[in-house]
Amino acid sequence: MTSDQNESSGVSRRKILECMTWAGTGVLWSLAGGTPRSVGIIGAATAAEPSGLTFLQISDSHVGFDKPANPNALGTLEEAINKIHSMPVKPSFIIHTGDITHLSKPSEFDDADRIISQARLDVHYVPGEHDVLDEDVKLYRDRYGRGTKGTGWYSFDANGVHFVGLVNVVDLKAGGLGNLGDDQLAWLEDDLKGRSASTPIVVFAHIPLWTVYPAWGWGTEDAARALNYLKRFGSVTVLNGHIHQIMQKVEGSVTFHTAMSTAFPQPAPGAAPSPGPMKVADDKLRSLLGVTDVSVKRGQQRLAIIDQPLQG
Amino acid sequence: MTKLATVARFSFAVALLAMAAMFPAVSTRAADTQVQIDQFIFAPQRVSVKAGTTVTWVNDDDIPHVVVSSKKLFKSKTLDTNDRFSFTFTTPGTYEYFCSLHPHMTGTVVVEAATGSKAAQ
Repeated sequence: MTSDQNESSGVSRRKILECMTWAGTGVLWSLAGGTPRSVGIIGAATAAEPSGLTFLQISDSHVGFDKPANPNALGTLEEAINKIHSMPVKPSFIIHTGDITHLSKPSEFDDADRIISQARLDVHYVPGEHDVLDEDVKLYRDRYGRGTKGTGWYSFDANGVHFVGLVNVVDLKAGGLGNLGDDQLAWLEDDLKGRSASTPIVVFAHIPLWTVYPAWGWGTEDAARALNYLKRFGSVTVLNGHIHQIMQKVEGSVTFHTAMSTAFPQPAPGAAPSPGPMKVADDKLRSLLGVTDVSVKRGQQRLAIIDQPLQG
Repeated sequence: MTKLATVARFSFAVALLAMAAMFPAVSTRAADTQVQIDQFIFAPQRVSVKAGTTVTWVNDDDIPHVVVSSKKLFKSKTLDTNDRFSFTFTTPGTYEYFCSLHPHMTGTVVVEAATGSKAAQ
């Protein structure tokens, strides 16, 4: 981050120093909406200057959820979408990493579309398990499946970055975790073939592609095969949702990151009897919900990932 | 089924045995069994019942679950909070099932022959 940016954002010298401290220990702070946020990129990256591509990740909006953990999930989704308008750099597009709805009801998909379209941005979706409750995944695919393969996987390119959306919530096996399946893995291998190892890759899917906590099903059975196809690339960013909390891990050239939900938080692994919705004090809820801002800066190996709570 | 069984009781022995084979659990009057889905766990995780027992799953969680037989013998609709699903087990055997949304959630129904059934006596 340059001093120009700091001045224009009105951030105090003390805050900048805090930034520097954190950057030194491997956590990037960046400026969003004039407020520095923690949790960012580990490694050599410096704060993102908004000069390359910036996109937004939203996840787990669970439209239709009305239980005590958040009786108005549609309202907090709207708050999340409204955050876009206060961002210093408008993202180029949105990635939604699934669980758009709570029960795959047409009315829930309609409500989600109505709110998310207020962002006036392209949205690239992958489904969560809550979006594919109908037997043949018809409701999801009718809306979001155009141009996708199988149960909804696809890839696209933007600003020299190759984006891959994967589906790991269909045809899950008893006792298992998330599942990609042979067809999708074969497609992925083919999709990546022939691409230069210097192409930055962003993979997004609902359930984490790294094993966060198998006792709660937080992982993907056959993710290792996908990561094997990705290992020759110099910059791989894996964005997931599902666990309704921020987690990050770096393994070689691969950065794994999970986003907050816009609907309700879930407990840290093993911190509760189950991964069910976590009821927190009303004034704390919005500090545990939010969106993720991702910036690609040319010449940087890692993308800058900045999580922004709705509040606090 | 009860009516058929009653008729069978007044029929020839051969017919009676045939009916017993077809509806082994009819006159067992097995107590129906309930499985709670609570905190992402089927409780009890393993139930043993007599053939003819109806097992009912009740979702106590704030998150939907789907009860699916591993051999695709039965599948519930999406069970939202307080929704229930029932299935009557007529044939002895071991039935594994799981939640298709959260496949780490597994359970077993063991169905034993309906001994003591009037039809079999």
